[in-house]
Amino acid sequence: MSSANREAPRPASGRAGTKKELPDHFKEYRHVWVFIELERGQVHPVSFELLGEGRKLADKLGVELAGIVLGPPGETTQSAVAEAFAYGADLVYNVEAPLLADYRNEPFTKAMTDLVNAHKPEILLLGATTLGRDLAGSVATTLKTGLTADCTELDVDTDGSLAATRPTFGGSLLCTIYTLNYRPQMATVRPRVMAMPRRMDKPVGRVIRHQLSVAEDDIVTKILGFLPDSQSGKANLAYADVVVAGGLGLGAAENLQLVKDLARAIGAEHGCSRPLVQKGWLSADRQIGQTGKTIRPKLYIAAGISGAIQHRVGVEGADLIVAINTDPNAPIFDFAHLGIITDAIRFLPALTEAFTRRLSPHSRDKLAS
Amino acid sequence: MHIVVCIKQVPDSAQIRVHPVTNTIMRQGVPTIINPYDLFALEEALRLRDTYGGEVTVLTMGPPMAEDALRKALGYGADRAVLLTDRYFAGSDTLATSYALSQAIAKVGETFGTPDIVFTGKQTIDGDTAQVGPGIAKRLDLMQLTYVAKIPSIDLAAGEIKVERRCEGGTQMLQSRLPCLITMLEGTNEVRRGSLEDALYAARSQVLRWSAADAGIDDLTRCGLRGSPTVVKRVFAPTARAEKAALIDAAERNLRDLADELIAAILTRGPALEQELAFNSGE
Repeated sequence: MSSANREAPRPASGRAGTKKELPDHFKEYRHVWVFIELERGQVHPVSFELLGEGRKLADKLGVELAGIVLGPPGETTQSAVAEAFAYGADLVYNVEAPLLADYRNEPFTKAMTDLVNAHKPEILLLGATTLGRDLAGSVATTLKTGLTADCTELDVDTDGSLAATRPTFGGSLLCTIYTLNYRPQMATVRPRVMAMPRRMDKPVGRVIRHQLSVAEDDIVTKILGFLPDSQSGKANLAYADVVVAGGLGLGAAENLQLVKDLARAIGAEHGCSRPLVQKGWLSADRQIGQTGKTIRPKLYIAAGISGAIQHRVGVEGADLIVAINTDPNAPIFDFAHLGIITDAIRFLPALTEAFTRRLSPHSRDKLAS
Repeated sequence: MHIVVCIKQVPDSAQIRVHPVTNTIMRQGVPTIINPYDLFALEEALRLRDTYGGEVTVLTMGPPMAEDALRKALGYGADRAVLLTDRYFAGSDTLATSYALSQAIAKVGETFGTPDIVFTGKQTIDGDTAQVGPGIAKRLDLMQLTYVAKIPSIDLAAGEIKVERRCEGGTQMLQSRLPCLITMLEGTNEVRRGSLEDALYAARSQVLRWSAADAGIDDLTRCGLRGSPTVVKRVFAPTARAEKAALIDAAERNLRDLADELIAAILTRGPALEQELAFNSGE
């Protein structure tokens, strides 16, 4: 029962009114923090997206923006610290310890809650990745504070509270959630929901270092090994610049090949709507929408997808949405930019062929001459 | 071994309608289902029981009608079902929900034996937060193992468990200790069809109905609205985009012309795409 899933949404007055007064011991909580997710030497791009959002919140509140970098001693952690400044942080809290080399819930929860208790931020943002969601729930429960998951919009209210908006019931409704009398106000945001801010060359600023207060012997869960996804098999849908996806309008599992063919011709990632994953036609990491991946490509082509609200939530950030569907009343035409009313099964091969013709070096030379 | 599986009854999201004036979910006539992600947790629990012996207790918190979900779970083969239902739980957010469930799990443990594993689904399809599982783990001091794709081995005597956990970019092989909380990833097993025997068992069985007091919860200020640090201030429908899609009518046109026209329209709106697509296509 999430915060967004109460039995009946109530008006803003009443119970919200009774929770307005922030207890005195929370009044010293200040500044905006962003957790910088560092795994196997790479900062997850969602951390930079959050720094962009965090910057806006901090500026509105007139406070500082801090990046939280937890990692093993050495170069990768320090380069993550430098990147936090390049993407807008005013300062960085840094905990370096060998046992922070790979993510485990226990040491990361300990490091994070210790930092919060020592430095008292008013807002703490994390990416809604597998790591971020694993960590956020533990941290919020330990601190007994409010956590709003998978936000699509963050803002600061006139009284300085964080207004965190998230979809609920698969995107049918949006709700704005406040944590009025607890601190920090915690929120997670999924990758690609917020725009990537511009990177600036900035020198490394103030870094406040902390010791980790647990040792390996205190930690129960051990990492026996790590199997990286093979580059070829796994989709990097969320960060693809061009995406082609299929829906129930494809009629049969084998017609997904038409989507894959077009994707290959234009160098796109392929994906699908939720029903196809439920039918087992494609794996869950290819699902686009509220319960799958949020995408933000320059071009998105949706073939045979009706455009249920839960799909819409995941694709609205695309620069150009093209929909192919036989039903002129399909909801997808309400948010697509370009639509073509035709049968995707017949049309996709023609489109693949036309793209191939247009994009081949031979025809490009001719166009140029 | 004793396994507790936390499930949730959710409205079938495909059939949700929003009232156009009041912006509230119209629940009348919307069928409810067991949260689909929870079925993978339930199936994994049943498999472990079948392998290692023991019992599976399913637990849900919700209104009285959530008993239907528990009966379905008994029909899949669960041994016992507990419904945590009380008006004090209304309006719980993730923190208050994990409090109530963890108290109930502790009570289940006292009554029927301490659980070795508590399962939840990865997330629910209505709330989508994925935060209740971690909340329960923290409150009950269970080892937290989220996004588990596979459980290669359990050593009950040594109290050890090995799991494969999905994370960004790969899979972690973890060794941890029982008792633990596992959130099970979707698509990791094939949910069984309950047997006729299980169906008869489900029909005969009593679903235990516990109030807050029955679950041993004496601090009601930590439950429901009062126990929820978050406050929903505003609920609204997503705004429609002002303009609809520019439509190309395909009636009685040959596909080749149509495809060329669509590509021209795409490149008119995004001139930079031509180079991008050509570059991507590896030509």
